[in-house]
Amino acid sequence: MIEIKNIEKAFDGREILKGISGTFEKGKTSLVIGSSGTGKSVLMKCMLDLIRPETGEVLYNGRNFLTADDEVKKEIRREMGVLFQGGALFDSKTVAKNVSFPLEMLTTMSKGEREDRVNFCLERVGLAESRRRMPSEISGGMKKRVGIARAIVMNPKYLFCDEPNSGLDPLTAITIDELIKEITDEYQITTVVITHDMNSVLTIGEYIMYLNQGNKLWEGNSKTVLQTTVPELEEFVFSNYALKTMRDNIR
Amino acid sequence: MLKTLGEFFVFLGELFVRRETAKVYWHRFIDECTIIGTDSVVIVSIVAFFIGAVTCVQTYSNLVSPIIPTYVVSNVVRDMTLLELSSTFMCVVLAGKVGSNIASELGTMRISEQIDALEVMGINSASYLVLPKLMAAMFTFPLLAILSGFLGIFGGYVAATFTGIMTADEYVYGLRYSFVPTNVLVGIIKAFVFGFLIATISAFRGYNTKGGALEVGQASTAAVTNSCIAVLCADYLLAELLT
Repeated sequence: MIEIKNIEKAFDGREILKGISGTFEKGKTSLVIGSSGTGKSVLMKCMLDLIRPETGEVLYNGRNFLTADDEVKKEIRREMGVLFQGGALFDSKTVAKNVSFPLEMLTTMSKGEREDRVNFCLERVGLAESRRRMPSEISGGMKKRVGIARAIVMNPKYLFCDEPNSGLDPLTAITIDELIKEITDEYQITTVVITHDMNSVLTIGEYIMYLNQGNKLWEGNSKTVLQTTVPELEEFVFSNYALKTMRDNIR
Repeated sequence: MLKTLGEFFVFLGELFVRRETAKVYWHRFIDECTIIGTDSVVIVSIVAFFIGAVTCVQTYSNLVSPIIPTYVVSNVVRDMTLLELSSTFMCVVLAGKVGSNIASELGTMRISEQIDALEVMGINSASYLVLPKLMAAMFTFPLLAILSGFLGIFGGYVAATFTGIMTADEYVYGLRYSFVPTNVLVGIIKAFVFGFLIATISAFRGYNTKGGALEVGQASTAAVTNSCIAVLCADYLLAELLT
């Protein structure tokens, strides 16, 4: 479980996050949604301590990550898997080497054990046949899937996904969403997904936090999000043409 | 400027904390030696050869006095090559090649979140990425300086003998005349220091890139210009200290 308490962050005097608090539970896919520029990625980076917030706490199963000493921090980091928006694959390494990189750096597994684990993860994301390719030789969707394979290769307890569907066609986006949901359920991971994709919200959003101009305006799930009375969230949800049409027909 | 200088020294400090295992650095060190050293051999060779040849020809054309023996030309080529051309001039060339390569590589990694990916794994990205480059530069630059010195003198030899400036014996006599062996060491020490400066300055610029492709280009340019200025300043200081 991940708890965030009163996270505040400003850049050059401009407030980006204004006291965000919330709980992301184990075994659930939690979504942080909002319009572009509302602070979603900044919140995720604060949770990962890539950006230091002005105030606030980030607790991983009760351990305060931001104030922990180096050893505890390192231990928590080994329990994390992160899928960045563009995949963040290492350009000079093959797909297989990208996935095995955390194992090489952070474990004492033998070469055979690492290969077995890498093969398992690549098969899990459907990319076993691409293991020898370079990142420049694969598509955007495949890069995301390799990113997921690398994120889960260490059997993480916490999985972060920063806009996993950005730049993908609708079918591939659904594939990525389903993969994230399956992995979360199968391994009982605490998963946090940053997104503004309404399809993801409605299909995998077991817990949803809505941010607007740095404030947490609403929280709920995929069922209650369609019934929200918060004007900003309503406008956000029903900006999707299909949903708007559905709502208008119902009315 | 002072703020940037302070950030640079903080960056240098970060290279040596939370280090990975020696085995990790060894593999990366070998890779970087290939990229920084081996891949620079061709450009260093070509530049050194022609600079030596030009130095010989230009020195000869300006020594118009009949009382100055011709072997002075090779004497001048030797000392200029060992003290300045094989180290300082060569490192200015390498600042362009190696420095821009380091800055653009790290800058691209920064904007594509590859550095963030390393950090979230608990790896000190600055140490993992930069330290091998620094070690490789400090190791290969003196070797390239030695190669450059040899080829510079050889270039002068070829220019002198093929254009009839002097005979081969005269050239070799001039090379040996009042040779100061420590000049070789001076050139090597200079290359060692310049390797440190170029690697760290370029890495600092690339690692701290913020923005997109435009900023990566700007970082690369800044890396080269800053490195050149640092090399020239250090050259003066080292010249005062070592000679």
